[in-house]
Amino acid sequence: MNPAVVEQLRKIAGRDAVLDRPEDLMLYEYDAGIRKSTPGAVVFPQTTNQVSQIMRLASSAQVPVVARGAGTGLSGGAISREGGIVVAFSRMNRILEIDVENQRAVVQPGVVNLQLSEHVSHLGLYFAPDPSSQKACTIGGNVAENSGGPHTLMYGVTVNHVTGVEVVMPSGEVVHFGGKAAESYGYDMTGFFVGSEGTIGITTAITVKLLRKPEKVATLLAIFETVDDAGQTVSAITAAGITPAALEMLDGWTLRTIEAYCHAGYPLDAGAVLLIELDGLRESVEEHAEAVQAVCLQQKAREVRRAKTEEERALLWKGRKTAFGALGRVSPSYYTQDGVVPRSKIPATLAHIGEVSKKYDLIIGNIFHAGDGNLHPLILFDIRFPDQLERALAASKDILEYCIAVGGSITGEHGVGMEKRDLMPVLFTQEDLDVMAGLRNAFNSENLLNPDKLLPTPRMCREIFGAARNPVLVQEGM
Amino acid sequence: MDSPRGRIYQMVQVDEGRLALSDSFVTHIDRCLGCMNCMTACPSGVPYASLLERARWQIEENYPRPWLGRKLRQHFYAKVLPSFSRLGRHAKLVRFYQRSGLQSLARGTGMLQLLGVAELDALAPRIESDFSFRHLGEVFPAEGTRRGRVALLIGCVGSVAFAELNRATVRVLTKNGIDVHIPKAQSCCGALHLHGGHLEMARVLARQNIDAMLSPEFDAIVTNAAGCGSVMKEYAALLEDDAKYAHRAMQFVAKARDINEYLAGVGLVEPKRKLSQRVTYADPCHLAHAQGIRKAPRELLKAIGAELVEMPRPDTCCGSAGVYNVVQNELSMKILDEKMGYVASVSPQILATANVGCMLQFKAGMKRKGINTRVAHVVELLDEAY
Repeated sequence: MNPAVVEQLRKIAGRDAVLDRPEDLMLYEYDAGIRKSTPGAVVFPQTTNQVSQIMRLASSAQVPVVARGAGTGLSGGAISREGGIVVAFSRMNRILEIDVENQRAVVQPGVVNLQLSEHVSHLGLYFAPDPSSQKACTIGGNVAENSGGPHTLMYGVTVNHVTGVEVVMPSGEVVHFGGKAAESYGYDMTGFFVGSEGTIGITTAITVKLLRKPEKVATLLAIFETVDDAGQTVSAITAAGITPAALEMLDGWTLRTIEAYCHAGYPLDAGAVLLIELDGLRESVEEHAEAVQAVCLQQKAREVRRAKTEEERALLWKGRKTAFGALGRVSPSYYTQDGVVPRSKIPATLAHIGEVSKKYDLIIGNIFHAGDGNLHPLILFDIRFPDQLERALAASKDILEYCIAVGGSITGEHGVGMEKRDLMPVLFTQEDLDVMAGLRNAFNSENLLNPDKLLPTPRMCREIFGAARNPVLVQEGM
Repeated sequence: MDSPRGRIYQMVQVDEGRLALSDSFVTHIDRCLGCMNCMTACPSGVPYASLLERARWQIEENYPRPWLGRKLRQHFYAKVLPSFSRLGRHAKLVRFYQRSGLQSLARGTGMLQLLGVAELDALAPRIESDFSFRHLGEVFPAEGTRRGRVALLIGCVGSVAFAELNRATVRVLTKNGIDVHIPKAQSCCGALHLHGGHLEMARVLARQNIDAMLSPEFDAIVTNAAGCGSVMKEYAALLEDDAKYAHRAMQFVAKARDINEYLAGVGLVEPKRKLSQRVTYADPCHLAHAQGIRKAPRELLKAIGAELVEMPRPDTCCGSAGVYNVVQNELSMKILDEKMGYVASVSPQILATANVGCMLQFKAGMKRKGINTRVAHVVELLDEAY
């Protein structure tokens, strides 16, 4: 990084708010995925105005800019691919306003997801998007990646909960999309911004919806002998006309690993479990809980348990939400995918993942948002052995291609980032991608904001398009 | 700009030879509170505590710190902490130091990184006039029906600065029907050595305490300091490669108990007085995160009639963290101010905790906030109830 640019950054944000020594920069070369790339400098702004000055500086110096929250993303969204400036939001972590009457909160991007819910809990409110990393991940990151979570099934993803954003454009201009109102007229700029993965601007303040906590919650654990039975049950539940708040599936291997850590009472001998949550008015919850239980038993569930206390419920969710991390107990590395399939294809997809596991000789755990058909196969490997990494990447690509083939998609909630960018041409035509690129270029004409993410470059498009059936991810690799 | 995740990443880079033991690495390790909250949070079960101890050992062995500070530290770790008589003499010296103005000189020399003495100085507790807990080798018999027999670790800093707490501990135990032995050959637990990167000295002390206190006649080996308890429970890991001591270290660990844990385990006899006050309890990190003890102190407080109110995040660090509040004073005060906000939000009459370091920090916090709320060790409150 040009020392003059670093010096300017120090002038803008303060001397203790810029990192540029290699030993410090290496701490920003990774996220929760497996790719790495070291930035040229890291800056920690404290105000919107500083972000604006940083953007202006980056534009005039022609240096790429990547925003970073907690670095929990899985698709490389917060990694600076070209040695640019990482704008880290850990010091813009204040809750700016709680508007109880309108059920809105205005937060800075560095606010940790769960902290917002904790902050408004005494008012009977909460922030609905609940990624499994919610104890650490930031709302800014959620906005960039349009994150989901277990309760996405009923409540929708982040975009359904953001009504306004303050955005700093590459020129340094500060603009406001949306506001507190539920609907806006004209272009839905807020909707467009959420999920744009840092490629059209950087948000510095976010207005989100706060929901009332449900009157009643029932959490059920349905235990099955086989993964297939559990998979069949998912579509049976929705076919019965019930939309649970959350409908999660864990296979036997995964839940045994989790149980070793959290002692939530997950059955150690099960083939799979469904974690099903119903919420709403007392009467409807009771009625639906009974109906769901009946469907599960019909579909060969061995047993259906219901959490009796809030503690039991919290433990079951703790197990689910820390599942990825718990795998660290059995494997030094894992690679998780984010494929989506139609609900009805879940059993067939699980069978295919079983075959992939055998084919590549890697353990693959299955844990996913079953209600949404959003799979997170966890491919275990040891990154110290390059051949294992290659097999993991190949297995992952195999699974994603299967998802596409059965009418699904390559990402449910983790974003495209650098990880799945080159699979975009498999999902979209060149014309579709050209329109998207044109849209991005209207805001980010010099492609300085999170370059090489989300959309393939035109040159890459053709190469990858032709090569999509070859192991693209392996070449792309590290 | 600090996280356990980043520290572990740097440790891996050091291990792989990609990163030298640089200023950056040392700074990040130095800034770690060692609160172990990350271990409570970690689903993977990463043994961060031992990773941190190894990193500190590596730094201590290989990274050039200022010469005078290094020499003084070596002297204190090797000579003073393990010896009660030297501790007593040094405590007198330190008192002179505090009052003569020499301390400002000491601050520039790295001496502040020494040990609790500097910490005590910074937070201005009165070194108790009685200085040393002069009861080594004594036995305090149980009152009433005897329900148990324990060995009490009196602690190195504890023996000179918190003699009264040790006395209270003895009273509470004996009134609850427990014989209390103060084995004479006991020593400092080794926590400061272990956390300061002096692994070998920590092992020496561990062996000494095993020899002095592991005996079939004791049901438990008890301490009133969370940091000591947590290290006593690490003896087995510390001595796992020591053919002679490995097995006995395991036996020692099996008997090591924090005072709260021990009393909640045997159950309290009916207290004479009820503590009818609004009490909030702050979990010491080395009790909650390092030893997983959260319920016991709360049960004890309830058992003597306290009206227990929970503050938000009772188990986040107060910033005391051994000598952290001196060597990383600015960060420590930031952490403390946040914690004091949580405390104030429940307006307690008493702020209870179970570790002296935390008590001193909270007292400083009360001063900073200009509040008069009483800060007390759980054992002090128990003592008043009997």
